[in-house]
Amino acid sequence: MKIKTLPILFIIIFVIMFFLFFKGLQNSNIYTPQTNNEKDIPSFKAKMFDIDNEINSEEIFKNNKFYLMNIWASWCLPCRDEHIFLMKLSKQKSVEIIGLNYKDDNKKAKKFLKKLNNPYKIIFSDKDGTIAIEWGAYGIPETFLIYDKKIIKKIIGPINDESFLEIKRLIQ
Amino acid sequence: MKLIKYSIIIFFVLNFNLISAQDKKLETKITKNLRCLICQGQSVYDSDSEFADSIRIFVEKKISEGESEKQIYGYLKDKYGEWILYEPQFSKKTYFLWLLPILMFVLGGAIILKIFYLKKN
Repeated sequence: MKIKTLPILFIIIFVIMFFLFFKGLQNSNIYTPQTNNEKDIPSFKAKMFDIDNEINSEEIFKNNKFYLMNIWASWCLPCRDEHIFLMKLSKQKSVEIIGLNYKDDNKKAKKFLKKLNNPYKIIFSDKDGTIAIEWGAYGIPETFLIYDKKIIKKIIGPINDESFLEIKRLIQ
Repeated sequence: MKLIKYSIIIFFVLNFNLISAQDKKLETKITKNLRCLICQGQSVYDSDSEFADSIRIFVEKKISEGESEKQIYGYLKDKYGEWILYEPQFSKKTYFLWLLPILMFVLGGAIILKIFYLKKN
């Protein structure tokens, strides 16, 4: 290698590095979770909300039908906004709504349901938030559409008009 | 007899403390390598969010169930994707990231050696 080849080598390396970092700059550094990945539902044991009993996840999602698993809490304000959509969906026969009460006080949660009505067929409690982690949840509210023991749609944040119509389209 | 009894108790208490201290150390190590996904820029260890809090309890539970560090990372990666790990694992997608510094080091070393070699001659 002659001494003249060295500057050329430096330039080539510099150009490659510049190209790499420039390309990297164009990528968004804001994390966007994937919501359309089909995944198996987790297997877990949870405490029932109103009775002092434990329930196995296999018992909840055992039928070959649509389930809507909604993570909620009485202290969560957006949960109140989406409650009207859950009530509308609870009238649909093709879907069963399951509630996961997240880090909540039972008394307050019951009061919440009494005031806004109960769209849930089954509710189980997640006192320390670990069941929500098993589901791959980021926070609340979060809703999972399940069919054949698979998550087919994940809604992060409250259900709105758009997601409500999408759920309705998927379950029909 | 009493002395033996007490020494056995002390031995067990000390041993238990040692195990829980090791678990705590591992928990800290794991949570420091996990990115808090709803409060970017902070690790799960540093964050006070509900999400980070739940992840910390989750990791603690998994350690007490006897799961290894790798298993816990694998589990969370499956749930939240590679982004949750601060230190990405070696895979097809990350080999360039891991090998580039080594490549640069070797290349730099070779250039320096070459310059010295050429100067000598």
